Amino acid sequence: MNILVCVKRVPATGGRIVLTPDGTDIDTRYLGFTVSPHEECAVEEAVRIVEGRGGSTTVLTLGPAAAEDQLRDAMAIGIERAILLETDGRDWDPVATARAIVEAIRAQESANGPFDLILFGNESADSGGFQVGIRVAAALGRPVVTGIKSLAPGEGSVVARREAAGGGWETFELPLPAVVSVKEGINLPRYPSVPGRLRARKKEIERSTPAWQSGGLDKVVLRLPATETTQAEVLGRGAEAAPAVVDLLTRIGVLGR
Amino acid sequence: MSGPVIALVTSAGGGPDRASLEALTVARQIAAATGSPVEAIVVAERSSAGGAAASLAGLGVARAIVVEDDRLTPDHPDGWAAAVAQVAETRATSAIVGPGTERGNDLLARVAARLDLPMAANCLTVEPGATWAISRQRWAGSLIEDCRLTARIKVLTIAPNTVAAGAPDGGAAPAVESVPVTLTDADLAVHVTGREAPERGKISLTDAKVVVGGGRGVGSGEGFAELEELASLLGGAVGGSRVVTSAGWRPHADQIGQTGLRIAPDVYIACGISGAIQHIVGCKAAKHIVAINTDAEAPIMGVADYAVIGDQIRRRSPVRA
Ligand SMILES: Cc1cc2nc3c(=O)[nH]c(=O)nc-3n(C[C@H](O)[C@H](O)[C@H](O)COP(=O)(O)OP(=O)(O)OC[C@H]3O[C@@H](n4cnc5c(N)ncnc54)[C@H](O)[C@@H]3O)c2cc1C
Ligand SMILES: Nc1ncnc2c1ncn2[C@@H]1O[C@H](COP(=O)(O)O)[C@@H](O)[C@H]1O
Repeated sequence: MNILVCVKRVPATGGRIVLTPDGTDIDTRYLGFTVSPHEECAVEEAVRIVEGRGGSTTVLTLGPAAAEDQLRDAMAIGIERAILLETDGRDWDPVATARAIVEAIRAQESANGPFDLILFGNESADSGGFQVGIRVAAALGRPVVTGIKSLAPGEGSVVARREAAGGGWETFELPLPAVVSVKEGINLPRYPSVPGRLRARKKEIERSTPAWQSGGLDKVVLRLPATETTQAEVLGRGAEAAPAVVDLLTRIGVLGR
Repeated sequence: MSGPVIALVTSAGGGPDRASLEALTVARQIAAATGSPVEAIVVAERSSAGGAAASLAGLGVARAIVVEDDRLTPDHPDGWAAAVAQVAETRATSAIVGPGTERGNDLLARVAARLDLPMAANCLTVEPGATWAISRQRWAGSLIEDCRLTARIKVLTIAPNTVAAGAPDGGAAPAVESVPVTLTDADLAVHVTGREAPERGKISLTDAKVVVGGGRGVGSGEGFAELEELASLLGGAVGGSRVVTSAGWRPHADQIGQTGLRIAPDVYIACGISGAIQHIVGCKAAKHIVAINTDAEAPIMGVADYAVIGDQIRRRSPVRA
């Protein structure tokens, strides 16, 4: 089974977000980078499926040259091949992103044969468009499901489960080739081993440079939401706080009802 | 006058869900600004279409559109996408507006992909004009993006819990119009093939009035026994940060935050949680937040109402003490 996973490089923001002076981006000078937890799980899922039944795994990202780091992170836990669609670092909207990914998939498939399964994160961590996977599937004419938290590929088809809107679970069965957007919780990703990291560092990365074209949704500026930052009232230190805590819980009506 | 604004309405337990009613508020604003009527497409079995239309009475919906195809159930995402796309095209629609829920985003992304249109997900405000000025959530709402949308038909989902769902004004139910669509077998190929009912008995984190959350500061999976005890004393549920689910101390289903659950209890007691923005977006709707942390400077103190500065691990349950 041949599997492609798409991941997006995003800043690893911590306690609060700082914007650049012109407000068009997050100030990343003091930040590390990562991918969405959903995408980490997609990578892990691809590696597990191929460990279980053979095949090949490929990871793809559209992003700046530095997004090579995220590709190597994926290779460190067992993805074999990596593709970087290199940009000048500006944001690509979901239409433009999907177009570039589709073009790359077509080129890959005509050279190396079809991907049976293409995995996405349910939504990107930063822009959260909830759509790139669906757009890629539509362009390729393949079935797609989103929000998936368990995946069981069989011969020629895949069974995918997700949480239903009102609780409980719902199941889909898709013929292969198919596209699936997964959510964190589908698995518990492993940590990369040291030999895994060393191997990943030496691997070849396929590169190309797609041309940017607006897809119709253009970012103007970013803002922090107006938050009411509170000044927490300190109830006490350690065990001495217990009476005050009991008092508070009683006052707001969750104790002694 | 431009064509109608189409509101996509998904339902829960018979009536429209709240996120759809919130999206309808924005649909009405757009319709008022562009001088056009609102028409609703209710995602429901055809047999319940009449009831669905009645449930939209007094909400400013001119017409409820019923899709004429008995094969179509709410379990056919591509079928609905095909139907919505066809209706939008034939009625010279200016915008399609739906809820920014998992289902709403999925369905409208399928519509946008079919029609080769951009889609703005989880919008907060929408100002029609030559190009439309939109603000939308990024990072699950920790950041706002002002953007411009240029498209023949504007496809928008509205971030849940950010606009008020309008109350019915006593007006009449919308007229019901039955519309034929052409659905291919391919449109109906993706569908739900099985269901499992929710587990019963357990207090769910999203319904609990009290949630006790644990983070790295809890120290171990065993450390959660004390949180369980506190939660059961208070009739609440236990959740946690991503650190504790990644470490396997708790199942992922208990994770609160951007890639976990959004909770809105009366009280959230955050034990040994630093307060990363990705965690905060999941718990900031709590009425009261109490933080227990050894670090008086932790970011959680900027969102907590009350704090206990101290060691989570060596602390005895304050309620029992
Ligand atoms: C795209 C993305 C999505 C994410 N989604 C989520 C999400 O859904 N949910 C989520 O939680 N995180 C999420 N994260 C991770 C998030 O950024 C943080 O890493 C995580 O929330 C930190 O968890 P924590 O507070 O338990 O650990 P830490 O940040 O390590 O904080 C531990 C805290 O415990 C305190 N402490 C230590 N010892 C004690 C003690 N003995 N007693 C009391 N206090 C003590 C420390 O002072 C510190 O404040 C996401 C990250 C990314 C990049
Ligand atoms: N720049 C990108 N490069 C590769 N994959 C991407 C990129 N942007 C989005 N994706 C994939 O598409 C999913 C959904 O993204 P979005 O539609 O932005 O929420 C993400 O979780 C990724 O798997």
